[in-house]
Amino acid sequence: MNIAVLTKQVADLVEGIEIDASGRAVDRDSIRYILSESDDHALEEALLLKERSQAHVEVFSLETGEVRDGLCTALAKGADRVVMILAGQETPPSNHAAARMFASVLKGLPFDLILTGVRAIDDLDGSVGGLLAGYLGLPYVGLVRKVELVDGAATVEKEYPGGFAAELGVKLPAVLGIQAAEQPPRYVPVTRLRQVMKTAQVEEQEAEPASEEPVSVERMYKPEEGAGAAMLSGSAEEIARQIVNLLSERRVTR
Amino acid sequence: MSNDVWVVAEHARGQLSESTLETVGKGRELAHATGGKLVALLLTDDERNQINSLAAADLILLARRPEFREFTPEAYGGAIEAALKEAPPRLVLMGSTSVGLDLLSVLSARTGFACLDSCTRLDLRASQLLATCQIYGGKLFVEVALSSATTLVAVVPGSFAKPADQPSGRPEVRELTLPADLPVSRITFHRLIEPPSGDVDITKVPILVAVGRGIQNADNLPLAGELAEALGGAVCASRPVIDQGWLPLTRQVGKSGMTVKPKLYLALGISGAPEHLEGMKQSELIVAVNTDPKAPIFGAAHYGAVTDVVELIPMLTEEARKQGLKKAS
Ligand SMILES: Cc1cc2nc3c(=O)[nH]c(=O)nc-3n(C[C@H](O)[C@H](O)[C@H](O)COP(=O)(O)OP(=O)(O)OC[C@H]3O[C@@H](n4cnc5c(N)ncnc54)[C@H](O)[C@@H]3O)c2cc1C
Ligand SMILES: Nc1ncnc2c1ncn2[C@@H]1O[C@H](COP(=O)(O)O)[C@@H](O)[C@H]1O
Repeated sequence: MNIAVLTKQVADLVEGIEIDASGRAVDRDSIRYILSESDDHALEEALLLKERSQAHVEVFSLETGEVRDGLCTALAKGADRVVMILAGQETPPSNHAAARMFASVLKGLPFDLILTGVRAIDDLDGSVGGLLAGYLGLPYVGLVRKVELVDGAATVEKEYPGGFAAELGVKLPAVLGIQAAEQPPRYVPVTRLRQVMKTAQVEEQEAEPASEEPVSVERMYKPEEGAGAAMLSGSAEEIARQIVNLLSERRVTR
Repeated sequence: MSNDVWVVAEHARGQLSESTLETVGKGRELAHATGGKLVALLLTDDERNQINSLAAADLILLARRPEFREFTPEAYGGAIEAALKEAPPRLVLMGSTSVGLDLLSVLSARTGFACLDSCTRLDLRASQLLATCQIYGGKLFVEVALSSATTLVAVVPGSFAKPADQPSGRPEVRELTLPADLPVSRITFHRLIEPPSGDVDITKVPILVAVGRGIQNADNLPLAGELAEALGGAVCASRPVIDQGWLPLTRQVGKSGMTVKPKLYLALGISGAPEHLEGMKQSELIVAVNTDPKAPIFGAAHYGAVTDVVELIPMLTEEARKQGLKKAS
């Protein structure tokens, strides 16, 4: 059983995000990168499958943002091989272009499962998982929260609103968009990570260039600040009192 | 080129979904403004209960097959792909939902049509179609010109109002002829998994204390429990809190959780990502507390405060007890 996991770095939303001078793109210098949250879950699910059925896990990232640390972390967590795919361009590719590049690298490789995060926060022109499945002619299921391997096929749980889920059978090879792993993603102690980074081998591989630009952004803007809520101010104690007064006055708790 | 707008109808447990009705309303407006038709694409095993809800469509393209009873991405996707290639419309709308998200990107790759996700607005300006998408957890809006001949768009549920009145006319229903050589689906439906039972039903609780990642760690959750107790309500949470295993799935609010409309939704340390707002923005009173004054939750809340929730929660509990709030309930 061979599993590929695609991981990407995205902006940490705790930091502010700025729009660049063109007004049509994010100012990449304003970004502090972290691993996309659902990718952490995708990697965790792959590692669980590795533990249960001796799968071989390889992690791929496109050379955008700062990917090396993330790949080393994946090694420290138990991935067998990590690969940085060289995109041959300065600006981050659209998801269509990224999926084309992944398709050029993964095509013909003996992967039974390709796991991606279901959707990243900067996703605009679709998700790489679905696009990749479309280009490679593989089945795709997203919003997956559990994967079991049964007789060369996968049994997956796909989430629906209201706490419902569907159990689906998926023939392999397949691409799955992981929403949540069966357990919270494991944690790597910093000392272990430092140790791995000293000897880590991040392999590099070139992708076929792709230049798809499927959407034309007219402008980017931030939501108007202060629109919406009436803001309460003061010390924490004063805020607590104001909130409780509000509930009292509006008889919310009756 | 056709100016038609297609809506991929979504149904669960026999009923058309709310988000389909919302997109039908918007799609009809756009189609008619550009001289096109609103076409509903309905894949189902039994259309009888569903067709009535699609009265606002000009045409219903119907594919009735036993395997369309439950959604499976490949069977649905293959049929829609065939229909799209036969007569590409101007715009294809679907929900940015568990169903729509499985179709959108695969269809885009298979047809070569452009696609957009997380759309919350559609406008027609000087005969140019514009979509506004929300990215970065609601912190940025992107306006995109739909300049391709055909674009597939996934719309965030709750973005458009459901039309109040149903048009009286009866749409034409046309059977969709699917190619005989549609590949056999490699994805099969096994069973529906019901939500776990036995826990509080947060959709029925009038007062919800909702915690997000801002609660910091599991040790702080009992604080939220005490506050809920003092207010006579229950604790619910955003996705990361559930994914960490700090609270059961039954307490999740949002896209893949519950949709709630309580009298009070106290959002503590929740950023207000669109996937979360989807599940709570219709609450009667929303009070949000967050250390980030730019958190999108303040755009949806009625009242807000910028402060540390870990510090604030015990104070709220104490104040609520002092004022005897719960006794009044
Ligand atoms: C397909 C899909 C489905 C999804 N379904 C759901 C869903 O059903 N429900 C859901 O909630 N999400 C869902 N999400 C995830 C969603 O996109 C967000 O990631 C999530 O809602 C963020 O949760 P949060 O606000 O708790 O965390 P964050 O976005 O990390 O926000 C934490 C907030 O806490 C604030 N904060 C930090 N410390 C403090 C402090 N001490 N005091 C006060 N404030 C503090 C921060 O400023 C920040 O605003 C889904 C995503 C996808 C892709
Ligand atoms: N540049 C990239 N490098 C590696 N993986 C990616 C990249 N872009 C997207 N992916 C994968 O596709 C998933 C969905 O991302 P997105 O398509 O941006 O919504 C991510 O969670 C990753 O698993």
